Amino acid sequence: MRGAVKIAVLDYGAANMVSITKALAAVGAEVVVAEDPAGMVGADAIVLPGVGAAAPAMVHLRERGLVEPLREWVRNGRPCLGICLGFQLFFDASDEADAEALGLLAGRTVGLVDAPTLPHIGWNSVDAVRAHPLFDGVADGSYFYFVHSFAPAPSDESIVVARTTHGRPFVSAAAKGSLYGLQFHPEKSSDAGLQVLANFVGLVAGAAAPAEVA
Amino acid sequence: MLARRVIPCLDVANGRVVKGTKFLDLTDEGDPAELAERYAHEGADEIVFLDITAAHERRGTMLEVVRRTASRAFVPLTVGGGVRSVDEMRDVLRAGADKVSFNTAAVATPSLLTDCAERFGSQAVVCAIDARRLPRENDAKQRWEVVTHGGRRTTDLDAIDWAIRAVELGVGELLVTSMDRDGTRSGFDTELLSAIATRVRVPVIASGGAAGPDDFVTAVRDGKADAVLAASIFHRRMHSIAEVKAAMAAAGLPVRRIEESVA
Repeated sequence: MRGAVKIAVLDYGAANMVSITKALAAVGAEVVVAEDPAGMVGADAIVLPGVGAAAPAMVHLRERGLVEPLREWVRNGRPCLGICLGFQLFFDASDEADAEALGLLAGRTVGLVDAPTLPHIGWNSVDAVRAHPLFDGVADGSYFYFVHSFAPAPSDESIVVARTTHGRPFVSAAAKGSLYGLQFHPEKSSDAGLQVLANFVGLVAGAAAPAEVA
Repeated sequence: MLARRVIPCLDVANGRVVKGTKFLDLTDEGDPAELAERYAHEGADEIVFLDITAAHERRGTMLEVVRRTASRAFVPLTVGGGVRSVDEMRDVLRAGADKVSFNTAAVATPSLLTDCAERFGSQAVVCAIDARRLPRENDAKQRWEVVTHGGRRTTDLDAIDWAIRAVELGVGELLVTSMDRDGTRSGFDTELLSAIATRVRVPVIASGGAAGPDDFVTAVRDGKADAVLAASIFHRRMHSIAEVKAAMAAAGLPVRRIEESVA
């Protein structure tokens, strides 16, 4: 029997760590906070949280030596979940102050188009584009909590999992292999959010111990 | 489409939820984190803690309350009362809150709103406005004055002007309380709400006067509010959050409804 899935949440000074660490613990994960590459050692998955602007976030990631280890982690196909700004940083660049990002996914982060209010803050419905295990047990159109003014525009449409409408529709969830991204905050989205995090932990558990069970 | 929010508000003194009439006859109503968790399960879209601890008794108890709540209730959390500086706001956000609401401190030092918004973003800064109706003079338009210290002190600020100014100073949301209606269960002051909501582009949270689910509908429909806050009707279990949301949904308002089966 394997122990709990171990998840390293990257702390680079751009996120409130309390809610995300406690939410992951609430769905059964063992959570460590990683401020440098050493903190990633032994983890089954990485969570990249974040609120705020892209450019300073990249500076902080670089200062803590996390950029290359993170790229290598994803290149090796290991599980990683980006939340809000963390999701946006997966892409090549952001229109927000023209910041360069991690380049793990093709595309840019762009400002929300035709949004009646900015930032987009509050509970909005997440509409499935395709079925994905991240949303198992979550009704299509469920409400999740958003706080942002930008969202990624992936070059590859096939990675889009869900969209949300505030003005024009934007990508609110995407997945490619073991790389998952959410524009909303599951750690602030009550039971629906916890279900998505539980699904992520389940996916990590499946990836961490594949052959034994079969 | 963005949902209209229903927000229970908890008064907290010395780390406990209290109930009372304007700082008097306070009774202990339980643990804030526990109550917040219960409301989150019942469908609260957000929780507001109003710290009414007397200033000289403050010893960081609220930070501990926020930390414990953010560990258990996974919904947005706003803290009002007692925050007077950028550093104090940083501590509250680090403890797990998403927003801080300023009232008396903002009236005393309006630049505090700008300083906090520049540091943490507009989305994290709420201006709470306590407004009281002024006697109407003949054909003049209805006016409201801003009051502070829980209504015990008057200012010479016009509530609508102050709301507009607060938005210019950088706040991302306004929490508008009618002191005429607060605690009276006679419905929200929709005239006050719409006078403000139609003049600003940030969300307005209606507060003061909720008696039943219909009042929430009226606050949104007539008051143009984006969110509705209430305290006693939820605490005293007169109405559930689910009941309120059912009424709002029946009136055609977009709300986030939790599974009916668990209600």
